[in-house]
Amino acid sequence: MIGTTSTAPADAHHIPRALVPRLLIGLGIISTALFIVTPLAVIFAQAFSHGVDVYMANILAPDTLHAIYLTILVTVIVVPVNIAFGIAAAWAITKFDFRGKKLLLTLIEIPFSISPIVAGVTYILLYGAQGLLGPWLIGMELRIMFALPGIVLVTLFVTSPFVVRELVPLMQVQGSEQEEAAVTLGASGWQIFARVTLPNIRWALLYGAVLCSARAIGEFGAVSVVSGNIRGQTNTLPLQVELLYHDYNTVGAFAAASTLTLIAIIALFAKVAIEYRLGDQRAHA
Amino acid sequence: MKRSLAAAAALLLAAAPFAATPFAAKPAVAQESAEILNVSYDIARELFAHINPVFAAHWKEETGAEVNIDQSHGGSSRQARAILEGLQADVVTFNQVTDVQVLHDRGNLIPGDWQERLPNNASPYYSLPAFLVRPGNPKDIRDWSDLVREGVQPVFPNPKTSGNARYTYLAAYAYALEAHDGDEEAAREFVGNLLANVPVFDTGGRAATTTFVERGIGDVLITFEAEVNNIAREYGDQGFEIVVPSLSVRAEFPVSLVDEVVDRRGTRDVATAYLDFLYGEAGQTILAEYAYRVHHPEVQARFADQFPEVRLIEVDEVFGGWAQATEEHFADGATLDQIFVNR
Repeated sequence: MIGTTSTAPADAHHIPRALVPRLLIGLGIISTALFIVTPLAVIFAQAFSHGVDVYMANILAPDTLHAIYLTILVTVIVVPVNIAFGIAAAWAITKFDFRGKKLLLTLIEIPFSISPIVAGVTYILLYGAQGLLGPWLIGMELRIMFALPGIVLVTLFVTSPFVVRELVPLMQVQGSEQEEAAVTLGASGWQIFARVTLPNIRWALLYGAVLCSARAIGEFGAVSVVSGNIRGQTNTLPLQVELLYHDYNTVGAFAAASTLTLIAIIALFAKVAIEYRLGDQRAHA
Repeated sequence: MKRSLAAAAALLLAAAPFAATPFAAKPAVAQESAEILNVSYDIARELFAHINPVFAAHWKEETGAEVNIDQSHGGSSRQARAILEGLQADVVTFNQVTDVQVLHDRGNLIPGDWQERLPNNASPYYSLPAFLVRPGNPKDIRDWSDLVREGVQPVFPNPKTSGNARYTYLAAYAYALEAHDGDEEAAREFVGNLLANVPVFDTGGRAATTTFVERGIGDVLITFEAEVNNIAREYGDQGFEIVVPSLSVRAEFPVSLVDEVVDRRGTRDVATAYLDFLYGEAGQTILAEYAYRVHHPEVQARFADQFPEVRLIEVDEVFGGWAQATEEHFADGATLDQIFVNR
């Protein structure tokens, strides 16, 4: 890219001009190494600093194992819900015209502009024992806060825009001609969705799901407010990393962090692969 | 295309049942087993992780019943807030009296006389601000007066944000009051000089530890004696030395049942036994091993070497209790702000 844009023929032999792109690329590489590769390397170096045995012992510690389980459980609940919600919302926004469409779109994006900690506190104020619904929930013997439902709720809140945000632009570009054609050919609503819409949006959908999973797994702020930090019960992986660090268990903290990092790297590769397909699809759209 | 999408989706979802099975098999609950939650302060995890199984064995011996103790740790003000919002704590083990009191004041979860229900103001153990110095004590730091010398850099967190640092502040103030025969003006000047020497104010104890140990800033770290010992042990290869000053402030570690919760869950007996255990010889021995000072005479005698003599003053006696100390020293515009600005 840079090579092709810097074709100033008259000055091609001029050293300072040729230096600029190289300098910029060099700077880019150096800062990437400094700010991204080094910290990543440090995570694994620290995690394995006392050998593989200690690393495995830390990963297999019951509390950490439970944190991994809880994090996966939350993600497995949150992502499908967000996929369903995302498709429904994007479908409504792009295929139909109605009053308040802009408002709906803005509302959906609110979680992006609110700090997660505010989201957590809001849920406490709503569902906590001293909150709006708290006394009623206690009367019903329902525990929302400081238990799995609370963690799932705030994670849902924080991750809800990801799928919609990916689907809406694509579906807007695609328009509804194909669906309309399907209607004239006598397809039912479900057939249209399964045979026309879904195949058109699948890569964007998957891309949104990957982003959503990555965020659900990594969410710290909102979850830390509603978790109650009960070890082996309501501690998710990011919270476990923090707690281990505060316990002076550096190896444990970095071992737990390394699992998070691995998940992030896998998500990144999935994202790149999907982006590639998505770019393909957009080019053909 | 279709197949690859299906494969990817399957991969995404395959994690669900696979991940759920191995962990879901929690040990079947025996008939007479109980579960209690101990909500505690930040740095006490190792301590209670050690105490809990010993208590569980003791409880089984006494009653034949199983008990499982869950732990939750965090800043104790935050933990108190979570309990008020419904975190199901059977017992609290905190490091600030005010954080237990708030459970009565704001939520009426415990009776107002909770401090009279157990010995020593419901504090089974206590600690005090003490010093950690660099190997060989190169600046020859022995007492509070050494901290205001020129060229000595003490490290402790910001008293505005850290309960730990408030103890340090009050201890230094009390020391100066004594040294100057109760002259408040001189005490303010002394503490002002101390604060002026601090190179970095972190927001919490752990951050101050990092500043001192890992960033290598400062000549002396001031935090609770138990924590000082913990750090010296944790970073044993670095040869830090522990110094206990001549005078310090008693830092209480109050405990209480959360009556509202134990009565609803039917865990009052086991929760009471758990707190009593902290006062017994076995519990006090573990506490002493973690460098907390204890009241049990025999345990005290056994660990006498570990705890140098120190004269302890009580916040209640010298400062009229925490409420008054907060108002006079730590509130906005109070003594701390004045000497900090005027330095």
